[in-house]
Amino acid sequence: MVNDQAENLRKTARVLAAEIDRLITRPVRLMEVCGTHTVAIFKSGIRQLLPPQVELLSGPGCPVCVTANDYLDSAIAYSRSEDVIITTFGDMLRVPGSSSSLGARKAVGADIRIVYSPLESLDIAAANPAKKVIFLAVGFETTAPTAAATVLAAEQAGLDNFYVLSAHKLVPPALRALLTAGDVQVDGFLLPGHVSAIIGEEPYRFLAEEYHLPAVIAGFGPLDILQAVYMLAEQINAGKAVVENQYGRVVKQAGNPTARQILTKVYKECDATWRGLGVIADSGLTINDNYRRYDALANLPVEVEETREQPGCRCGEVLRGKIKPAECPLFGTVCVPEEPLGSCMVSVEGTCAAWYKYGAGRWQG
Amino acid sequence: MKDDLILLAHGSGGKLTHDLIDKIMVPAFANDILADLGDGARIDIQGTKLAFTTDSYVVKPLFFAGGDIGKLAVCGTVNDLAMTGALPRYLSAGFIIEEGFPIADLSRIVQSMRAAAKEAGVLIVTGDTKVVEKGAADGIYINTAGVGEILPGVHISPQKVCPGQDIILSGSIGEHAIAIMADRHGLTLPQTVLSDCAPLNGLVREILAVVPSVAMLRDPTRGGVATTLSEIAAQAGVGIVVEEAAIPIRPEVSAVCNILGFDPLYLANEGKLLAFVDAGDSAKVLAIMQAHCYGKDARIIGQVTATPAGRVGLRTMIGGVRLLEMLTGDQLPRIC
Amino acid sequence: MCLAVPAKIIEKIDLLATIEIGGITRKVSLMLLPEAAVGDFVLVHAGFAIQVVDEAEAERTAELLKELTGFGE
Repeated sequence: MVNDQAENLRKTARVLAAEIDRLITRPVRLMEVCGTHTVAIFKSGIRQLLPPQVELLSGPGCPVCVTANDYLDSAIAYSRSEDVIITTFGDMLRVPGSSSSLGARKAVGADIRIVYSPLESLDIAAANPAKKVIFLAVGFETTAPTAAATVLAAEQAGLDNFYVLSAHKLVPPALRALLTAGDVQVDGFLLPGHVSAIIGEEPYRFLAEEYHLPAVIAGFGPLDILQAVYMLAEQINAGKAVVENQYGRVVKQAGNPTARQILTKVYKECDATWRGLGVIADSGLTINDNYRRYDALANLPVEVEETREQPGCRCGEVLRGKIKPAECPLFGTVCVPEEPLGSCMVSVEGTCAAWYKYGAGRWQG
Repeated sequence: MKDDLILLAHGSGGKLTHDLIDKIMVPAFANDILADLGDGARIDIQGTKLAFTTDSYVVKPLFFAGGDIGKLAVCGTVNDLAMTGALPRYLSAGFIIEEGFPIADLSRIVQSMRAAAKEAGVLIVTGDTKVVEKGAADGIYINTAGVGEILPGVHISPQKVCPGQDIILSGSIGEHAIAIMADRHGLTLPQTVLSDCAPLNGLVREILAVVPSVAMLRDPTRGGVATTLSEIAAQAGVGIVVEEAAIPIRPEVSAVCNILGFDPLYLANEGKLLAFVDAGDSAKVLAIMQAHCYGKDARIIGQVTATPAGRVGLRTMIGGVRLLEMLTGDQLPRIC
Repeated sequence: MCLAVPAKIIEKIDLLATIEIGGITRKVSLMLLPEAAVGDFVLVHAGFAIQVVDEAEAERTAELLKELTGFGE
């Protein structure tokens, strides 16, 4: 049933796993900080291949998951206006706000449109001059430049009815905040390959230099991830701590300078609230003064309900890697993918959603 | 989110759809025949065993690469009957048409239905036409109901699924869903990607003629292969393990899934079937399928196991095993 | 974060490129990667090319893996 190519893949995987087993002689915890890695790890069945002494935990790498309730509440409030069209990535639709969700609003007729690219918002804006199109700009450094470029394109096109509601977040400050809090035991990091394609290797150096933690920038295929874990195992075994790059075919040491320039042109850093981590200084992006006319909150008045957090929700601890989804009392009982209480369960990439969908990783068959 | 409103996700064929049927319809209509919840109802009228089924078609766009709502309406119901182990015979066709709909389009759709019915060897013997005001019915909705004779000696049922059996998939997955969605997401597909919409009763008849003891047949439509396998595992109380490397998928479909973030195992197919057969019969069934135009890419993709009961596992490319669950809600394009 | 796929640029007009992957084509913006050229493989995310895929590097990684495990792809 299985062809040669798959056989080769499996043999390679087994050898890597055996090497990791040989190199790691005590329990270690490796944190992956990218929601796409969370899903890739589950989808590939890697957990079952890794030796039991290697534990992979998920950190705050799901931008949807770390979006605080007040942002959702603002978006939902905007969606109540007759003359507003909300454009958003699909991921955001089922995220619960304090009392509703964009999906629920869409079900009762709010004009909320799913886009694959923020640029689609501009076509919609051009086609609906009497309406205000607000793009929900969520995502890390991989996506933020695409939103920034879209603002520049809106400027070039002379559009005056396009706005951005920004909730962009930056990864390195979050990593620093995690380590500063000191309550998470981690022996190494799998770093997000596509965020790194933009920011390069430099922003992660502090992990090795200040915290003496090994870190490897990893791609998203199963062998990429296994190879990255192997590289971490080698470092741990040798007592080393450096930032390495497994994803050389995409991540250049300097990242993508053009993308970063465009980011700086449109955005500026700001403090941001991360669900579960609280406020982290300079960890978010907001539209800067030169492009203020595209900032939704600065230009469009809106009445937002008082933000309430979900009682009993332990998304924060899950995001910090303190507890596993199964340790949250709401997991799988009250909080399930069809009726998520917290964003960890909503986003396909959310740790809890991935656990629920793909099982805790061990197949008992 | 709210318990009191229907969401689009209730129609996607996954868990929410099942919950809706279990909580609202089944208790209200309560009877043994319905309780089976197979693709079609099995009816016994004074010794004559019949299969009876219905389906409504609301697909958008109405015309897509490889077919249209008309072809779908005929093939879908024909296939449901075939999956019950029946010879499809007669269909009804109900049309709900929006005011202002071009008659030329209606004609085109009806011609598609004629062609599909001809290929399937069924007659459309009765129907109904309603017109609703502009704004309702999104162009046109079609309902078809069908009746067929259950083949002698054939008893298709989840109860007949047991450990050790092979699971055969008749061909590559995801093509119908991609043909429908590509346009919506600004992707240009090559001519090679068409909806796989097709009547499978001919193929099923050939299989059952040689191996009447086939335990189970089902076409993986809404919710895809993963959802269908989950349903069967749950209904039969068995475990299922499938090999990721064995599942046929075209590179174009794979590419679209990678770009938009879809999982092909959850995408709808309209011209494929899953067959559960005793290991001793699989070579025979495979040969029959591969010799037929609608089964040339047929593969054995997995086995039925005793445990864990009700669960479906996917052995991945690198040899790990992950759980496959029923589809929850709609698959939305992701960037994350 | 973040879904991105490698694709080949088959056409380029100013900052708009047509990419091809597995037979599928799509238009993407080169605003973030203006120097990309026809024939390049690029990483595509949310309708933009965000980085060039370095074939030589890909080869190198595959070779390393092969040396270590004794198995190629």
